[in-house]
Amino acid sequence: MSSTISSSLQEEDLWGGGNKPFKASYGKLMMWFFIVSDALTFSGFLVAYGFSRFKNIDSWPIADEVFTHFPFLHGVDAPMYYVALMTFILIFSSVTMVLAVDAGHHMDKKKVVFYMALTIVGGAIFVGSQAWEWNNFIRGEYGALETKGGQIYQFENLNSGKRVALKDFTISDPKLRSQHESKNGIWFTNESSLPSFTVEEVITGFKSNDDLIIKTEKIDEKGHKIRLSREESLVKIKQAKYVVEGANLIRNEYGNRLFADFFFFITGFHGFHVFSGVIINIIIFFNVLIGTYERRGHYEMVEKVGLYWHFVDLVWVFVFTFFYLV
Amino acid sequence: MNDNTHKLEIFRGLWKFKSNQHKIWGVLFFLSVVTIIEVALGIVKPEILMNTFLSTKLINWIFIILTLVKAYYIAWDFMHLRDEKSGLQASIVITLIFLIAYLVFILVVEGNYIYDVMYEGFVSWDF
Repeated sequence: MSSTISSSLQEEDLWGGGNKPFKASYGKLMMWFFIVSDALTFSGFLVAYGFSRFKNIDSWPIADEVFTHFPFLHGVDAPMYYVALMTFILIFSSVTMVLAVDAGHHMDKKKVVFYMALTIVGGAIFVGSQAWEWNNFIRGEYGALETKGGQIYQFENLNSGKRVALKDFTISDPKLRSQHESKNGIWFTNESSLPSFTVEEVITGFKSNDDLIIKTEKIDEKGHKIRLSREESLVKIKQAKYVVEGANLIRNEYGNRLFADFFFFITGFHGFHVFSGVIINIIIFFNVLIGTYERRGHYEMVEKVGLYWHFVDLVWVFVFTFFYLV
Repeated sequence: MNDNTHKLEIFRGLWKFKSNQHKIWGVLFFLSVVTIIEVALGIVKPEILMNTFLSTKLINWIFIILTLVKAYYIAWDFMHLRDEKSGLQASIVITLIFLIAYLVFILVVEGNYIYDVMYEGFVSWDF
């Protein structure tokens, strides 16, 4: 008791900001607070994904059959290679970031500038890759039919075992209906864009092509999608209600409706983090350039933004595992 | 600050580094190897790992463990948690482990239960 009365000066040191809990500065601690709470947000997303996946354990889309594109390799089945590349890009930009932090510790402005620039480039490439991935996902490649119950029917060639796109077998009907836009009627009525084919056209095309079978979204014990025989397919195709091309928030050609929703929300939320990380990196980069931290006497700001950047990388490691590998 | 504020060894001292930069490249090498193993397993999908173990495939457990290993080295060496006080390490890691483990447990079990209800209930989902 007596010591607290006699040492008013010390007390000022203790509570006036002179003391660092955990020997970490205020800014770094606050960044850690933010990272922990943000990590919980992401785990909320990923766990919700796990929930929906276990709920639909026998019909969830197989990532290897969805993400098969690689830039400049059209028609080549390249599952996962592209996301693996994205993972390497992000890990590498994490390394250049940590090298920038290290150079900051040595007060080496030139090196900080160099490594931060590399980090920004890496982050920008990653965001671009994600945009490309989204583009492929939204556009889709094959198209599918959806039943009233929300099941997706994809089409496969009986002999070659390869997926067949709708446009390869559908017989077009000249009576095709055009999209109803508000300019053609009452100003407040319109409809969303129509798929390239109607259900009837697809079914006619399917019936006239004996090589085609339906690939259902159900999974057998071995983890493969169940294919129907030609006879079963001809029965089942009558249940089709919608033509689905690509993906949106309502339905997608890959399978369960929730799959696309989670893809958009999880990779989108992560992509937003990468994007804001790049912006923050650019701000800090210019601050380094004009010598703000040189005058301040330390490069702790680079360290703090570095923490955020590594966290973004850390989250991607989990997204990669749970969305593309598992 | 200079280099001696960093702990320059990983794998419990099995791999020591001369400077912090060396350590960074070493950790990058390790993370790359782990990622390559993951991708290779994902492409090859060895038949022996496709057996179910604790309600998911064995290969998925390997992926999850390798992911946690990667997360450890990113947090410990890139985010410099290795150099922080053990109190800070604990307050970050234990908080996350407890909350996330709880969330995973309760939602995955629940998801599995709902699957059972939908599968065993007298309702057809195929229409």
